[in-house]
Amino acid sequence: MDVAESAAAAGTRSTSSDDDRFQAPPFTARGPVSEQLLAALRRPTADADETLAGFSATVADALARTADVARDDDLQLSLLILHGLHYGGVVDADEEWEWHPETVAARVAIERAFERQLRDQVPGVAAPPAEAEAVASALFELTKPTPGPSVARFIAKQATDEQAREYVVLRSVYTLKEADAQTWSIPRLSGRAKAALVEIQADEYGGGRPERMHSALFARTMRELGLDDAYGAYLDAVPALTIASFNLMGMFGLNRRLRGASAGHYASYEMTSSLPNRMLGDGFRRLGYGTEVTDYFDEHVEADAVHEQIAGRDLAGGLAEQEPALVSDIMFGATAAMLVDGWAAERTLEEWTAGRSALRRERGIDLGTRRDEVA
Amino acid sequence: MHAAQIVACTDGPLLVRGDFELVSSSGEAVERTRGTVALCRCGASAIKPFCDGTHKLVGFRTEPAPPDPEGDAA
Repeated sequence: MDVAESAAAAGTRSTSSDDDRFQAPPFTARGPVSEQLLAALRRPTADADETLAGFSATVADALARTADVARDDDLQLSLLILHGLHYGGVVDADEEWEWHPETVAARVAIERAFERQLRDQVPGVAAPPAEAEAVASALFELTKPTPGPSVARFIAKQATDEQAREYVVLRSVYTLKEADAQTWSIPRLSGRAKAALVEIQADEYGGGRPERMHSALFARTMRELGLDDAYGAYLDAVPALTIASFNLMGMFGLNRRLRGASAGHYASYEMTSSLPNRMLGDGFRRLGYGTEVTDYFDEHVEADAVHEQIAGRDLAGGLAEQEPALVSDIMFGATAAMLVDGWAAERTLEEWTAGRSALRRERGIDLGTRRDEVA
Repeated sequence: MHAAQIVACTDGPLLVRGDFELVSSSGEAVERTRGTVALCRCGASAIKPFCDGTHKLVGFRTEPAPPDPEGDAA
């Protein structure tokens, strides 16, 4: 408590914003929970008694009032901010907040409600036998390509430049931190499953070349499009469901008891990546962009055809053989990923096919246009 | 680096890891950007010799299909 005590002893404090020592994030609150949280994070943990007075009741009240945690803007933004204290790079704040009892309690309360909703709404799938091949086969079956509308097909065939930019903004919530949520699982695994996850992650993180890190490739795509690659720069424009998709993997990664769900979630991501990313690359090429923009998508066509085999058989399958009791959670994680991302994709396609923006455009976000476009 | 290991993935590619060289039929090194690679064996990949997941679209199977339980085949 030395740091907190010395901060508390530093002098008198007022509630005026002049006293805020930490920079405001590039996004704004969406309700009472995120409002109080963001205000508190401008100040040191030593001020928590004042800044977070009544916070647990505010969180409890918001949870009691919502009928749908996944689509609740205030709760999903708050969970992203709370997970952000663990990731870093989301809000400028006193680093002591990461394990402050109030922020941890709020994080867990929102996570529990979110998980309850998903346990209730995720369709049940038959659990395969706890054998690596059977688990891989069940996951490949669950994630097999389906005909019909999809965001990737829309981008490939008909998206406008503006819609393609919207897609990149939506994807950036996860992809600027690509693979980080899953890295939290590494020490919670052992043997074959751990070796598999590390093999995938080494590739995700560029195989020793920081510029080939997938998050770095995506940041380059954003810059090449003239978009700001700072984390959260467009967060105000991102709907709750897209934030929920990111929070889902953070929740699975940060909770050891959910390591099965994290493995299943990751396997389903890898298994639904190569073919859609080829379409996405084709879409950006159709719109006239070069390899600086498409490299991220093209890299995933090849990389994830490798990763999906390792994730299905060795990560998820290996974990199932080590801990047979986790088979149902492996399938839950995979199914939850498909459900939440399916909701977000459905919403995006609905807006686009109706000629509307898939972003919260009332926030007045400007995504620019192609640099060489003639007016 | 360990000796090369080739995993023949059910209904999918050949996964190769460890110490190996990948060369074209004329003996020239094939550029590869990762340690572990997946080599196409369904024949339908657009990025051969690497796998791009297309085996899922063409119904590639590594095992003979099980006999149709309602079929007439003897």
